[in-house]
Amino acid sequence: MQYVAKSVPAIGDTDFSSEVKEASGTNIDRCYQCLTCSLDCPVAFAMDYLPHQVVRLVQVGLKQEALTSATIWVCANCEACATRCPNDVAIPRVMDTLRAMALRERVVEKGKDIVVFHHTFLENIRRWGRQYELSLLLQIKLRTRDFFSDLRLGLRMLRQGKLKLRPPRLKDVAGVRAIFRRIDQSLAEGERT
Amino acid sequence: MKYAYYPGCSLETTAEEYGRSVRAVCAHLGIELWELPDWSCCGASSGHSTNRRLAQALAGRNLALAERVGLDIAVACPACYLRLRSTRKEVKDNSQNREELVRLIDMPYEAKYDTRHLLDIICNDVGLEELKKRVVRPLEALQLVSYYGCYLVRPPEVVGFDDPENPQSMDRLLAALGAEVRDWSGKVSCCGGSLALSRKEVAGRLVAEISEMARQAGAQAMVTACPLCHSNLEIRQADGKQNKLPVFYFTELIGLAMGLDGAESWLKKHLISPFSLLASHDL
Ligand code: SF4
Ligand code: SF4
Repeated sequence: MQYVAKSVPAIGDTDFSSEVKEASGTNIDRCYQCLTCSLDCPVAFAMDYLPHQVVRLVQVGLKQEALTSATIWVCANCEACATRCPNDVAIPRVMDTLRAMALRERVVEKGKDIVVFHHTFLENIRRWGRQYELSLLLQIKLRTRDFFSDLRLGLRMLRQGKLKLRPPRLKDVAGVRAIFRRIDQSLAEGERT
Repeated sequence: MKYAYYPGCSLETTAEEYGRSVRAVCAHLGIELWELPDWSCCGASSGHSTNRRLAQALAGRNLALAERVGLDIAVACPACYLRLRSTRKEVKDNSQNREELVRLIDMPYEAKYDTRHLLDIICNDVGLEELKKRVVRPLEALQLVSYYGCYLVRPPEVVGFDDPENPQSMDRLLAALGAEVRDWSGKVSCCGGSLALSRKEVAGRLVAEISEMARQAGAQAMVTACPLCHSNLEIRQADGKQNKLPVFYFTELIGLAMGLDGAESWLKKHLISPFSLLASHDL
Protein backbone atom coordinates (compact mmCIF):
# COMPACT_ATOMS: atom_id res chain seq x y z
CA MET A 1 0.00 0.00 0.00
CA GLN A 2 1.24 3.46 -0.86
CA TYR A 3 1.40 6.21 1.74
CA VAL A 4 1.34 9.96 1.70
CA ALA A 5 3.41 11.34 4.57
CA LYS A 6 1.10 12.36 7.39
CA SER A 7 2.76 15.70 8.00
CA VAL A 8 2.58 17.33 4.59
CA PRO A 9 2.45 21.10 5.07
CA ALA A 10 -0.07 23.20 3.17
CA ILE A 11 1.78 23.59 -0.07
CA GLY A 12 -0.94 23.95 -2.64
CA ASP A 13 -3.99 25.90 -3.46
CA THR A 14 -5.87 26.64 -0.26
CA ASP A 15 -8.80 28.12 -2.18
CA PHE A 16 -9.23 24.72 -3.73
CA SER A 17 -9.35 23.07 -0.30
CA SER A 18 -11.97 25.50 0.92
CA GLU A 19 -14.06 25.15 -2.20
CA VAL A 20 -14.14 21.36 -1.92
CA LYS A 21 -14.98 21.54 1.76
CA GLU A 22 -17.83 23.90 1.13
CA ALA A 23 -19.28 22.23 -1.93
CA SER A 24 -19.07 18.72 -0.47
CA GLY A 25 -20.36 19.85 2.92
CA THR A 26 -17.88 17.57 4.64
CA ASN A 27 -15.23 18.48 7.14
CA ILE A 28 -12.18 16.79 5.72
CA ASP A 29 -9.89 18.52 8.19
CA ARG A 30 -10.90 15.95 10.75
CA CYS A 31 -9.25 13.16 8.76
CA TYR A 32 -6.28 11.76 10.70
CA GLN A 33 -5.15 9.37 7.96
CA CYS A 34 -6.15 6.19 9.76
CA LEU A 35 -6.60 4.40 6.39
CA THR A 36 -9.91 2.79 7.33
CA CYS A 37 -11.43 4.11 4.10
CA SER A 38 -8.67 2.73 1.91
CA LEU A 39 -8.63 -0.67 3.60
CA ASP A 40 -12.39 -0.98 3.10
CA CYS A 41 -12.57 0.40 -0.41
CA PRO A 42 -13.70 -2.39 -2.77
CA VAL A 43 -12.11 -0.78 -5.81
CA ALA A 44 -8.82 0.39 -4.25
CA PHE A 45 -7.00 -2.05 -6.55
CA ALA A 46 -8.03 -0.02 -9.59
CA MET A 47 -7.15 3.41 -8.15
CA ASP A 48 -4.01 5.49 -8.53
CA TYR A 49 -4.44 7.45 -5.29
CA LEU A 50 -6.16 5.62 -2.45
CA PRO A 51 -9.18 7.31 -0.86
CA HIS A 52 -7.29 8.57 2.23
CA GLN A 53 -4.68 10.02 -0.11
CA VAL A 54 -7.32 11.90 -2.06
CA VAL A 55 -8.49 13.41 1.21
CA ARG A 56 -4.92 14.42 1.91
CA LEU A 57 -4.49 15.94 -1.54
CA VAL A 58 -7.53 18.09 -0.90
CA GLN A 59 -6.37 19.07 2.58
CA VAL A 60 -3.04 20.31 1.29
CA GLY A 61 -4.51 21.88 -1.83
CA LEU A 62 -2.90 19.73 -4.51
CA LYS A 63 -5.59 20.53 -7.00
CA GLN A 64 -4.17 19.11 -10.23
CA GLU A 65 -3.27 15.79 -8.61
CA ALA A 66 -6.74 15.43 -7.14
CA LEU A 67 -8.69 16.48 -10.23
CA THR A 68 -6.70 14.39 -12.68
CA SER A 69 -6.62 11.22 -10.58
CA ALA A 70 -8.20 8.03 -11.87
CA THR A 71 -9.58 7.48 -8.39
CA ILE A 72 -12.38 10.02 -8.59
CA TRP A 73 -13.85 8.12 -11.54
CA VAL A 74 -13.20 4.60 -10.33
CA CYS A 75 -14.91 5.24 -6.98
CA ALA A 76 -18.08 3.16 -7.12
CA ASN A 77 -19.98 5.34 -4.62
CA CYS A 78 -20.44 2.34 -2.39
CA GLU A 79 -20.55 4.49 0.76
CA ALA A 80 -18.45 1.98 2.73
CA CYS A 81 -15.80 4.55 3.57
CA ALA A 82 -18.36 7.14 4.65
CA THR A 83 -20.08 4.61 6.88
CA ARG A 84 -16.89 3.47 8.58
CA CYS A 85 -14.79 6.62 8.83
CA PRO A 86 -14.29 7.40 12.54
CA ASN A 87 -14.36 11.12 11.72
CA ASP A 88 -17.50 11.20 9.57
CA VAL A 89 -15.59 12.29 6.50
CA ALA A 90 -18.05 11.80 3.64
CA ILE A 91 -15.57 10.76 0.97
CA PRO A 92 -18.28 9.99 -1.62
CA ARG A 93 -19.43 13.64 -1.37
CA VAL A 94 -15.81 14.73 -1.85
CA MET A 95 -15.57 12.46 -4.92
CA ASP A 96 -18.80 13.95 -6.32
CA THR A 97 -17.40 17.43 -5.86
CA LEU A 98 -14.06 16.56 -7.46
CA ARG A 99 -15.76 14.90 -10.43
CA ALA A 100 -17.92 17.95 -11.03
CA MET A 101 -14.84 20.20 -10.84
CA ALA A 102 -12.85 17.95 -13.18
CA LEU A 103 -15.68 18.09 -15.70
CA ARG A 104 -15.85 21.86 -15.40
CA GLU A 105 -12.12 22.18 -15.95
CA ARG A 106 -12.14 19.50 -18.66
CA VAL A 107 -9.48 17.30 -17.11
CA VAL A 108 -11.09 13.88 -17.29
CA GLU A 109 -8.43 11.96 -19.21
CA LYS A 110 -8.21 9.01 -16.78
CA GLY A 111 -11.96 8.65 -16.52
CA LYS A 112 -12.89 9.14 -20.17
CA ASP A 113 -14.78 5.86 -20.50
CA ILE A 114 -16.74 6.50 -17.32
CA VAL A 115 -17.55 10.05 -18.36
CA VAL A 116 -18.89 8.72 -21.67
CA PHE A 117 -21.16 6.44 -19.70
CA HIS A 118 -22.46 9.23 -17.43
CA HIS A 119 -23.04 11.62 -20.30
CA THR A 120 -24.82 9.05 -22.42
CA PHE A 121 -26.94 8.03 -19.46
CA LEU A 122 -27.99 11.61 -18.79
CA GLU A 123 -28.58 12.48 -22.45
CA ASN A 124 -31.02 9.59 -22.60
CA ILE A 125 -32.89 10.86 -19.58
CA ARG A 126 -33.01 14.29 -21.07
CA ARG A 127 -34.47 12.90 -24.23
CA TRP A 128 -36.89 10.30 -22.86
CA GLY A 129 -37.43 11.19 -19.20
CA ARG A 130 -36.54 7.65 -18.21
CA GLN A 131 -33.65 5.42 -19.09
CA TYR A 132 -33.91 3.71 -22.48
CA GLU A 133 -31.49 0.84 -21.95
CA LEU A 134 -31.20 -0.41 -25.51
CA SER A 135 -30.26 3.02 -26.76
CA LEU A 136 -27.86 3.47 -23.82
CA LEU A 137 -26.03 0.23 -24.63
CA LEU A 138 -25.82 0.91 -28.34
CA GLN A 139 -24.60 4.45 -27.90
CA ILE A 140 -21.92 3.40 -25.44
CA LYS A 141 -20.75 0.76 -27.89
CA LEU A 142 -20.53 3.33 -30.65
CA ARG A 143 -18.76 5.91 -28.56
CA THR A 144 -16.21 3.53 -27.09
CA ARG A 145 -15.83 1.59 -30.37
CA ASP A 146 -16.37 -1.62 -28.48
CA PHE A 147 -18.70 -3.43 -30.84
CA PHE A 148 -18.41 -7.06 -29.93
CA SER A 149 -18.22 -7.58 -26.19
CA ASP A 150 -21.35 -8.96 -24.57
CA LEU A 151 -23.11 -9.15 -27.92
CA ARG A 152 -24.68 -12.56 -27.27
CA LEU A 153 -25.77 -11.38 -23.87
CA GLY A 154 -27.47 -8.35 -25.41
CA LEU A 155 -29.31 -10.49 -27.93
CA ARG A 156 -30.44 -12.84 -25.23
CA MET A 157 -31.77 -9.95 -23.16
CA LEU A 158 -33.65 -8.64 -26.20
CA ARG A 159 -35.23 -12.05 -26.76
CA GLN A 160 -36.25 -12.27 -23.14
CA GLY A 161 -37.83 -8.85 -23.27
CA LYS A 162 -35.37 -7.46 -20.73
CA LEU A 163 -34.29 -4.87 -23.24
CA LYS A 164 -37.25 -3.07 -24.77
CA LEU A 165 -37.19 -2.05 -28.39
CA ARG A 166 -39.55 0.81 -27.77
CA PRO A 167 -38.42 3.87 -25.85
CA PRO A 168 -40.17 4.78 -22.60
CA ARG A 169 -43.10 7.19 -22.87
CA LEU A 170 -43.55 10.13 -20.57
CA LYS A 171 -46.31 12.71 -20.89
CA ASP A 172 -44.38 15.50 -19.28
CA VAL A 173 -41.01 14.87 -20.88
CA ALA A 174 -40.90 18.63 -21.41
CA GLY A 175 -40.79 19.07 -17.64
CA VAL A 176 -37.70 16.86 -17.42
CA ARG A 177 -36.03 18.65 -20.30
CA ALA A 178 -36.71 21.99 -18.65
CA ILE A 179 -34.74 20.80 -15.60
CA PHE A 180 -31.72 20.06 -17.79
CA ARG A 181 -32.06 23.44 -19.50
CA ARG A 182 -32.09 25.32 -16.22
CA ILE A 183 -28.99 23.43 -15.11
CA ASP A 184 -27.27 24.25 -18.42
CA GLN A 185 -28.15 27.87 -17.91
CA SER A 186 -26.68 28.14 -14.48
CA LEU A 187 -23.55 26.27 -15.60
CA ALA A 188 -23.18 28.74 -18.46
CA GLU A 189 -23.53 31.56 -15.99
CA GLY A 190 -20.58 30.08 -14.17
CA GLU A 191 -22.46 28.99 -11.09
CA ARG A 192 -20.62 26.36 -9.11
CA THR A 193 -22.03 22.88 -8.92
CA MET B 1 -51.24 0.44 3.43
CA LYS B 2 -51.24 2.65 0.36
CA TYR B 3 -48.10 4.04 -1.24
CA ALA B 4 -47.15 6.07 -4.25
CA TYR B 5 -45.13 3.43 -6.07
CA TYR B 6 -41.96 4.52 -7.82
CA PRO B 7 -40.82 1.55 -9.95
CA GLY B 8 -37.68 3.15 -11.38
CA CYS B 9 -36.32 2.42 -14.85
CA SER B 10 -34.87 -1.05 -14.28
CA LEU B 11 -38.03 -2.63 -12.94
CA GLU B 12 -39.76 -2.19 -16.26
CA THR B 13 -36.88 -3.50 -18.36
CA THR B 14 -33.74 -5.33 -17.25
CA ALA B 15 -35.38 -6.30 -13.97
CA GLU B 16 -38.87 -6.97 -15.24
CA GLU B 17 -39.12 -10.11 -13.12
CA TYR B 18 -38.47 -8.02 -10.03
CA GLY B 19 -41.15 -5.53 -11.06
CA ARG B 20 -43.72 -8.24 -11.67
CA SER B 21 -42.95 -10.14 -8.49
CA VAL B 22 -43.12 -6.92 -6.47
CA ARG B 23 -46.61 -6.18 -7.77
CA ALA B 24 -47.85 -9.73 -7.24
CA VAL B 25 -46.45 -10.02 -3.72
CA CYS B 26 -47.71 -6.59 -2.64
CA ALA B 27 -51.19 -7.32 -3.96
CA HIS B 28 -51.17 -10.60 -2.03
CA LEU B 29 -49.98 -8.96 1.19
CA GLY B 30 -52.43 -6.07 1.03
CA ILE B 31 -49.89 -3.37 0.21
CA GLU B 32 -51.56 -1.06 -2.27
CA LEU B 33 -49.07 0.27 -4.82
CA TRP B 34 -50.45 3.22 -6.71
CA GLU B 35 -47.99 3.91 -9.51
CA LEU B 36 -46.80 7.49 -9.44
CA PRO B 37 -48.13 8.90 -12.73
CA ASP B 38 -45.47 10.17 -15.10
CA TRP B 39 -42.55 9.39 -12.82
CA SER B 40 -39.11 10.05 -14.29
CA CYS B 41 -35.62 8.64 -13.78
CA CYS B 42 -34.01 9.47 -10.41
CA GLY B 43 -30.72 10.31 -12.13
CA ALA B 44 -28.92 7.32 -10.60
CA SER B 45 -25.17 7.52 -10.10
CA SER B 46 -24.61 9.51 -13.29
CA GLY B 47 -26.63 12.38 -11.84
CA HIS B 48 -24.80 12.94 -8.59
CA SER B 49 -21.44 11.98 -10.10
CA THR B 50 -21.58 14.91 -12.46
CA ASN B 51 -23.83 17.60 -11.01
CA ARG B 52 -25.28 17.73 -7.51
CA ARG B 53 -28.15 20.06 -8.34
CA LEU B 54 -29.16 18.06 -11.39
CA ALA B 55 -29.25 14.96 -9.20
CA GLN B 56 -31.45 16.71 -6.67
CA ALA B 57 -33.79 18.02 -9.35
CA LEU B 58 -34.21 14.66 -11.12
CA ALA B 59 -35.05 12.92 -7.86
CA GLY B 60 -36.96 15.93 -6.58
CA ARG B 61 -39.40 15.98 -9.48
CA ASN B 62 -40.67 12.57 -8.34
CA LEU B 63 -40.79 13.58 -4.69
CA ALA B 64 -42.88 16.58 -5.65
CA LEU B 65 -45.24 14.43 -7.73
CA ALA B 66 -45.86 12.18 -4.74
CA GLU B 67 -46.36 15.14 -2.45
CA ARG B 68 -49.16 16.36 -4.70
CA VAL B 69 -51.15 13.25 -3.90
CA GLY B 70 -50.10 13.16 -0.26
CA LEU B 71 -48.58 9.70 -0.10
CA ASP B 72 -45.35 8.17 1.14
CA ILE B 73 -43.35 6.59 -1.65
CA ALA B 74 -42.55 2.89 -1.91
CA VAL B 75 -39.53 1.83 -3.97
CA ALA B 76 -37.95 -1.48 -4.85
CA CYS B 77 -34.61 -0.30 -6.24
CA PRO B 78 -32.07 0.58 -3.52
CA ALA B 79 -30.31 3.07 -5.81
CA CYS B 80 -33.55 5.00 -6.38
CA TYR B 81 -34.27 4.63 -2.66
CA LEU B 82 -31.00 6.31 -1.74
CA ARG B 83 -31.38 9.07 -4.35
CA LEU B 84 -34.91 9.93 -3.25
CA ARG B 85 -34.07 9.86 0.45
CA SER B 86 -30.82 11.83 0.07
CA THR B 87 -32.59 14.53 -1.87
CA ARG B 88 -35.33 14.92 0.69
CA LYS B 89 -32.74 15.06 3.47
CA GLU B 90 -30.60 17.61 1.63
CA VAL B 91 -33.49 20.02 1.20
CA LYS B 92 -35.57 19.33 4.30
CA ASP B 93 -33.63 21.42 6.76
CA ASN B 94 -31.97 23.74 4.30
CA SER B 95 -34.30 26.36 2.87
CA GLN B 96 -31.72 27.59 0.37
CA ASN B 97 -31.36 24.10 -1.12
CA ARG B 98 -35.10 23.71 -1.14
CA GLU B 99 -35.74 26.98 -2.93
CA GLU B 100 -33.17 26.06 -5.53
CA LEU B 101 -34.80 22.67 -6.03
CA VAL B 102 -38.24 24.21 -6.37
CA ARG B 103 -36.88 26.64 -8.95
CA LEU B 104 -35.26 23.83 -10.95
CA ILE B 105 -38.29 21.55 -11.02
CA ASP B 106 -40.82 24.37 -11.17
CA MET B 107 -43.13 22.56 -8.75
CA PRO B 108 -43.85 23.13 -5.08
CA TYR B 109 -42.07 20.78 -2.68
CA GLU B 110 -42.00 20.85 1.10
CA ALA B 111 -40.27 17.56 1.88
CA LYS B 112 -43.30 16.27 3.77
CA TYR B 113 -43.42 12.63 2.78
CA ASP B 114 -41.15 9.68 3.36
CA THR B 115 -39.67 7.13 0.94
CA ARG B 116 -39.61 3.51 2.06
CA HIS B 117 -38.02 0.42 0.60
CA LEU B 118 -40.33 -2.55 0.11
CA LEU B 119 -38.06 -4.83 2.12
CA ASP B 120 -38.57 -2.46 5.06
CA ILE B 121 -42.34 -2.29 4.49
CA ILE B 122 -42.72 -6.05 4.19
CA CYS B 123 -40.52 -6.90 7.18
CA ASN B 124 -41.61 -4.13 9.52
CA ASP B 125 -45.18 -3.21 8.58
CA VAL B 126 -46.59 -6.46 7.27
CA GLY B 127 -44.39 -8.39 9.68
CA LEU B 128 -42.81 -11.80 9.60
CA GLU B 129 -45.57 -13.49 11.61
CA GLU B 130 -48.07 -12.48 8.97
CA LEU B 131 -45.72 -13.74 6.24
CA LYS B 132 -45.29 -17.10 7.95
CA LYS B 133 -49.04 -17.60 8.06
CA ARG B 134 -49.22 -17.30 4.30
CA VAL B 135 -46.45 -19.72 3.40
CA VAL B 136 -47.88 -22.71 1.55
CA ARG B 137 -44.66 -24.13 0.10
CA PRO B 138 -41.86 -23.63 2.60
CA LEU B 139 -38.44 -23.23 0.99
CA GLU B 140 -37.18 -26.12 3.06
CA ALA B 141 -33.48 -26.95 2.95
CA LEU B 142 -32.80 -24.28 0.34
CA GLN B 143 -29.45 -22.86 1.39
CA LEU B 144 -29.30 -19.15 0.79
CA VAL B 145 -27.24 -16.09 1.59
CA SER B 146 -28.82 -12.63 1.69
CA TYR B 147 -26.91 -10.10 -0.30
CA TYR B 148 -27.83 -6.53 0.73
CA GLY B 149 -25.16 -4.66 -1.22
CA CYS B 150 -24.65 -0.96 -0.56
CA TYR B 151 -27.67 1.30 -0.67
CA LEU B 152 -30.17 -0.61 1.41
CA VAL B 153 -27.95 0.01 4.41
CA ARG B 154 -25.55 2.82 3.55
CA PRO B 155 -25.08 5.61 4.40
CA PRO B 156 -27.00 4.84 7.62
CA GLU B 157 -27.88 8.47 8.35
CA VAL B 158 -29.83 8.57 5.06
CA VAL B 159 -31.24 5.07 4.59
CA GLY B 160 -30.78 2.70 7.47
CA PHE B 161 -33.81 0.68 8.50
CA ASP B 162 -31.30 -2.05 9.29
CA ASP B 163 -27.79 -2.43 10.68
CA PRO B 164 -25.22 -1.08 8.18
CA GLU B 165 -22.63 -3.80 8.82
CA ASN B 166 -24.68 -6.84 9.71
CA PRO B 167 -28.22 -6.32 8.47
CA GLN B 168 -30.77 -8.97 9.42
CA SER B 169 -34.08 -8.13 7.76
CA MET B 170 -33.68 -10.24 4.63
CA ASP B 171 -32.13 -13.10 6.63
CA ARG B 172 -35.13 -13.20 8.93
CA LEU B 173 -37.55 -12.89 6.04
CA LEU B 174 -36.00 -15.84 4.20
CA ALA B 175 -35.96 -17.89 7.39
CA ALA B 176 -39.67 -17.10 7.80
CA LEU B 177 -40.21 -18.58 4.33
CA GLY B 178 -38.58 -21.77 5.57
CA ALA B 179 -35.15 -21.42 3.93
CA GLU B 180 -31.85 -22.27 5.54
CA VAL B 181 -30.05 -18.94 5.69
CA ARG B 182 -26.27 -18.94 5.93
CA ASP B 183 -24.30 -16.30 7.73
CA TRP B 184 -21.49 -14.85 5.65
CA SER B 185 -19.24 -11.83 5.36
CA GLY B 186 -20.31 -10.70 1.89
CA LYS B 187 -23.67 -9.19 2.91
CA VAL B 188 -22.75 -5.56 2.43
CA SER B 189 -19.83 -5.88 0.00
CA CYS B 190 -20.09 -3.72 -3.09
CA CYS B 191 -20.57 -5.60 -6.40
CA GLY B 192 -19.38 -2.64 -8.48
CA GLY B 193 -22.75 -2.25 -10.15
CA SER B 194 -22.19 1.41 -10.97
CA LEU B 195 -19.15 0.38 -13.01
CA ALA B 196 -20.89 -2.56 -14.67
CA LEU B 197 -20.99 -0.88 -18.07
CA SER B 198 -17.96 1.35 -17.87
CA ARG B 199 -15.34 -0.83 -16.10
CA LYS B 200 -16.38 -4.41 -16.63
CA GLU B 201 -13.15 -5.89 -15.33
CA VAL B 202 -13.56 -4.11 -12.00
CA ALA B 203 -17.15 -5.27 -11.61
CA GLY B 204 -16.09 -8.78 -12.70
CA ARG B 205 -13.50 -9.05 -9.97
CA LEU B 206 -15.91 -7.91 -7.26
CA VAL B 207 -18.62 -10.32 -8.41
CA ALA B 208 -16.12 -13.20 -8.47
CA GLU B 209 -15.15 -12.44 -4.87
CA ILE B 210 -18.73 -12.17 -3.66
CA SER B 211 -19.90 -15.37 -5.34
CA GLU B 212 -16.87 -17.23 -4.02
CA MET B 213 -17.66 -16.05 -0.49
CA ALA B 214 -21.23 -17.23 -0.95
CA ARG B 215 -20.07 -20.65 -2.12
CA GLN B 216 -17.69 -20.96 0.80
CA ALA B 217 -20.57 -20.18 3.13
CA GLY B 218 -22.39 -23.17 1.64
CA ALA B 219 -24.98 -21.21 -0.29
CA GLN B 220 -26.80 -22.67 -3.27
CA ALA B 221 -28.06 -19.26 -4.33
CA MET B 222 -27.84 -15.59 -3.46
CA VAL B 223 -30.80 -13.34 -2.72
CA THR B 224 -30.96 -9.64 -3.48
CA ALA B 225 -33.32 -6.66 -3.33
CA CYS B 226 -31.47 -4.67 -5.98
CA PRO B 227 -32.01 -4.74 -9.76
CA LEU B 228 -28.48 -3.46 -10.46
CA CYS B 229 -26.83 -6.03 -8.19
CA HIS B 230 -28.97 -8.76 -9.74
CA SER B 231 -27.94 -7.94 -13.32
CA ASN B 232 -24.34 -7.50 -12.35
CA LEU B 233 -24.17 -10.72 -10.31
CA GLU B 234 -25.79 -12.70 -13.09
CA ILE B 235 -23.90 -11.21 -16.02
CA ARG B 236 -20.44 -11.14 -14.50
CA GLN B 237 -20.74 -14.61 -12.98
CA ALA B 238 -21.58 -15.88 -16.43
CA ASP B 239 -18.12 -14.71 -17.54
CA GLY B 240 -16.40 -16.85 -14.92
CA LYS B 241 -15.40 -20.48 -14.99
CA GLN B 242 -16.87 -21.51 -11.62
CA ASN B 243 -20.28 -23.13 -11.50
CA LYS B 244 -22.74 -20.32 -11.23
CA LEU B 245 -24.96 -19.51 -8.29
CA PRO B 246 -28.51 -18.49 -9.19
CA VAL B 247 -29.56 -15.09 -7.88
CA PHE B 248 -33.12 -14.52 -6.65
CA TYR B 249 -35.03 -11.38 -5.87
CA PHE B 250 -36.46 -11.62 -2.37
CA THR B 251 -39.94 -10.98 -3.77
CA GLU B 252 -39.61 -13.94 -6.14
CA LEU B 253 -38.97 -16.22 -3.19
CA ILE B 254 -41.91 -14.78 -1.28
CA GLY B 255 -44.07 -15.46 -4.34
CA LEU B 256 -42.73 -18.97 -4.66
CA ALA B 257 -43.29 -19.80 -1.00
CA MET B 258 -46.80 -18.38 -1.12
CA GLY B 259 -47.65 -20.27 -4.27
CA LEU B 260 -48.42 -17.15 -6.30
CA ASP B 261 -49.24 -17.44 -9.98
CA GLY B 262 -46.54 -16.31 -12.31
CA ALA B 263 -43.56 -17.26 -10.18
CA GLU B 264 -42.29 -19.55 -12.91
CA SER B 265 -42.52 -16.85 -15.55
CA TRP B 266 -40.44 -14.47 -13.42
CA LEU B 267 -37.72 -17.04 -12.93
CA LYS B 268 -37.62 -17.81 -16.64
CA LYS B 269 -36.15 -14.36 -17.17
CA HIS B 270 -33.01 -15.13 -15.20
CA LEU B 271 -29.75 -15.49 -17.06
CA ILE B 272 -28.62 -18.17 -14.59
CA SER B 273 -31.45 -20.66 -14.48
CA PRO B 274 -32.56 -21.57 -10.96
CA PHE B 275 -34.86 -24.38 -12.11
CA SER B 276 -32.63 -27.38 -11.51
CA LEU B 277 -31.83 -26.10 -8.03
CA LEU B 278 -35.52 -25.63 -7.29
CA ALA B 279 -36.42 -29.02 -8.75
CA SER B 280 -33.87 -30.70 -6.49
CA HIS B 281 -35.83 -29.24 -3.57
CA ASP B 282 -39.23 -30.15 -4.99
CA LEU B 283 -40.10 -26.52 -5.48
S1 SF4 C 1 -11.36 6.66 7.35
FE1 SF4 C 1 -11.73 8.85 7.64
S2 SF4 C 1 -10.17 9.53 9.10
FE2 SF4 C 1 -9.52 7.52 8.33
S3 SF4 C 1 -8.16 8.03 6.62
FE3 SF4 C 1 -10.21 7.73 5.76
S4 SF4 C 1 -11.12 9.79 5.70
FE4 SF4 C 1 -9.33 9.88 7.07
S1 SF4 D 1 -17.39 5.24 -1.80
FE1 SF4 D 1 -15.74 5.18 -3.31
S2 SF4 D 1 -13.88 5.62 -2.15
FE2 SF4 D 1 -15.44 5.10 -0.65
S3 SF4 D 1 -15.13 2.91 -0.30
FE3 SF4 D 1 -16.69 3.10 -1.89
S4 SF4 D 1 -15.60 3.00 -3.83
FE4 SF4 D 1 -14.08 3.41 -2.22
